[in-house]
Amino acid sequence: MRQILCTGVAALGLFAAWPHAEQTPAPQTPASQTPPPQQPSDIGATISGDAGNAPRLAVPAFIALSKDAETVAVARTITDVLWDDLNYEREFTFIPRDVYSSVPAATSFSDVPFDRWRELNADGVIVGTVEKVSSGFKVEMKMFNVRTQQAVYPRVYNGSNARLFAHTMSDEIHKSQRALNGVAMSKLVFDSDRDNERMTGTVQNRNNKEIYIADYDGENQRRVTVGKTLNISPRWSPNGRSIAYTSYRRGGGQIFISNIFQGTIEEVTKGERIGENWLPAWSPDGTRVAFTSTRDGNPEIYVANRDGSNVRRITNNPAIDITPTWSPSGTQIAFTSDRSGSQQIYVTAADGGGTAQRITTESYCDRATWSPAPYNELAYASRNGPGFDIHILDMATRHMTPLTFGEGTNESPAFSPNGRHIAFMSTRSGKSQIFTVSRDGKDVRQITRTGNNEMPDWSKLPETRP
Amino acid sequence: MNRARRIVLQFAVVSAVIAAVACHKHAPPVARPTPPPPPPSQDTVPVRPPAPPAPAQEPVAVPPEPLRDDAIASASIDDLNRSSPLKPVFFELDESDVSAAGQKILDEDAALLKRYTTWAVTVEGHCDERGTAEYNLALGERRAVNARAYLVSLGIAADRLHVVSYGKEFPFDPGHDEAAWSKNRRAHFVITAK
Repeated sequence: MRQILCTGVAALGLFAAWPHAEQTPAPQTPASQTPPPQQPSDIGATISGDAGNAPRLAVPAFIALSKDAETVAVARTITDVLWDDLNYEREFTFIPRDVYSSVPAATSFSDVPFDRWRELNADGVIVGTVEKVSSGFKVEMKMFNVRTQQAVYPRVYNGSNARLFAHTMSDEIHKSQRALNGVAMSKLVFDSDRDNERMTGTVQNRNNKEIYIADYDGENQRRVTVGKTLNISPRWSPNGRSIAYTSYRRGGGQIFISNIFQGTIEEVTKGERIGENWLPAWSPDGTRVAFTSTRDGNPEIYVANRDGSNVRRITNNPAIDITPTWSPSGTQIAFTSDRSGSQQIYVTAADGGGTAQRITTESYCDRATWSPAPYNELAYASRNGPGFDIHILDMATRHMTPLTFGEGTNESPAFSPNGRHIAFMSTRSGKSQIFTVSRDGKDVRQITRTGNNEMPDWSKLPETRP
Repeated sequence: MNRARRIVLQFAVVSAVIAAVACHKHAPPVARPTPPPPPPSQDTVPVRPPAPPAPAQEPVAVPPEPLRDDAIASASIDDLNRSSPLKPVFFELDESDVSAAGQKILDEDAALLKRYTTWAVTVEGHCDERGTAEYNLALGERRAVNARAYLVSLGIAADRLHVVSYGKEFPFDPGHDEAAWSKNRRAHFVITAK
């Protein structure tokens, strides 16, 4: 008990430096001022491209309204991060930045050189100003239709975190212009041995693994556990405030939940004769956790309430059943079983009733992750000979699409909250590292570079947080 | 080779102890108080009193040495686990059955466990990197459970053998070839109490 309390306090200490905005679920929301009445409302005010093509946008540098270094730096960061965030979803075509120098820079919203942007064939231009105020910065952003010179999406934000300004704008632009839930505010979680802390004990040289989080783009990597042991397989709770994971702090693998903003820890699997317990997976409503347990002598899938009560066995087979994931509806659980003689993905009812249905017919599949709606897919690691590749299987058509192609080994896929990206572990650059890739296999990005980083999970949409 | 060295070491320890005990019996060197020197007389040449005998070395206390037993019984748990008197069992790829060769190793391990009846042991299951990190947790468990079951069948009490699976988290050889993999597919024994 004392150990838990101490760990909790330490975790709290880690988060003392957490941006203030993160303490409240809806950071840096638009200021309360409503747009001036002469401007059109958000609804229906979208910029479209020619004949169904993606709109062509220009994102010139945000205007620093004072020339002090801090304001100039914030303006530059917002411009760069907004550019990256908007590019990530590929919903817009962008006028390349290298031609921007040929366009006179605006000094305010009133001298935007619309004619020049039109010559460059832009449909829209995003113009922003950054002003230093007593509480931090006031950022004003307008998205102009270049032809009508109308501001279709005027916004004012107050805050202090430059990256958060950009992430908020990007998500709002995607939502209002493309009816898309962007992922700019989402976060990754993974385990890592980067701190080179050694396990206590007499055996080999073994590194602890601890749980780390990062922004979706790899920025702000932070450690969130002080387990001083092997801590693996982290999973975000649906509300993004807790992380369930497997920890060996009691000797063998057990399921723990860290409430990362409170710095508290809960034990999900506890008591006598509970065997080893691994690989938690949250139910979509966050009230239950599925996991693998050897409590009855053989690895089987169980579901418990998040406080560990009401443990129910879901599978019953002398083979190995492991690595559960929930369907978005919460009614089904996919898992890995070697009951056929090889490792394959099966789906069964989350209440344990009925027979498990085999889904894959490859040589060795594991770590299925169910996509969010509107997609109905399973991503999993599939053996390709020496290692693994990430495959995506459409549950309706049973059509399989490979996402990686034998560069290193590729394991542990996790869908982004909008289903358009996948995080995974790959050894393609040497050690185990976290990467993200678009669902069409393009835009591979390396997220981690220090130590070994494995078993990623992607947070759910901030809109769904309480 | 090792055993020979151990015997020599034991012999040296035993000799040292005997020597220490023998010394102790002969003459416990105690500094006796000398009478105070007479007051110096002015008209005689001052005669320096003989220097008091230098304080003899206190006998060094010898820690209780388990003379009755061998180096394994006397070693610390840390040293024991470093030299691994319990030999690991190795497995084939994706396999968790104990092979005939593995049974031979476990027979020897069981003999040790029967000799040192107070030992409690963690049976660690390990895998090579060619399975997934997730599935390997269960595969490692199977390997440890099967090794434990074989030891129990030889009469080792089940409650002395605690099973933990580390999957592929702690490879013994970080290499990426069969030589490394074959070392990493194992049930490994760690003595936790003696």
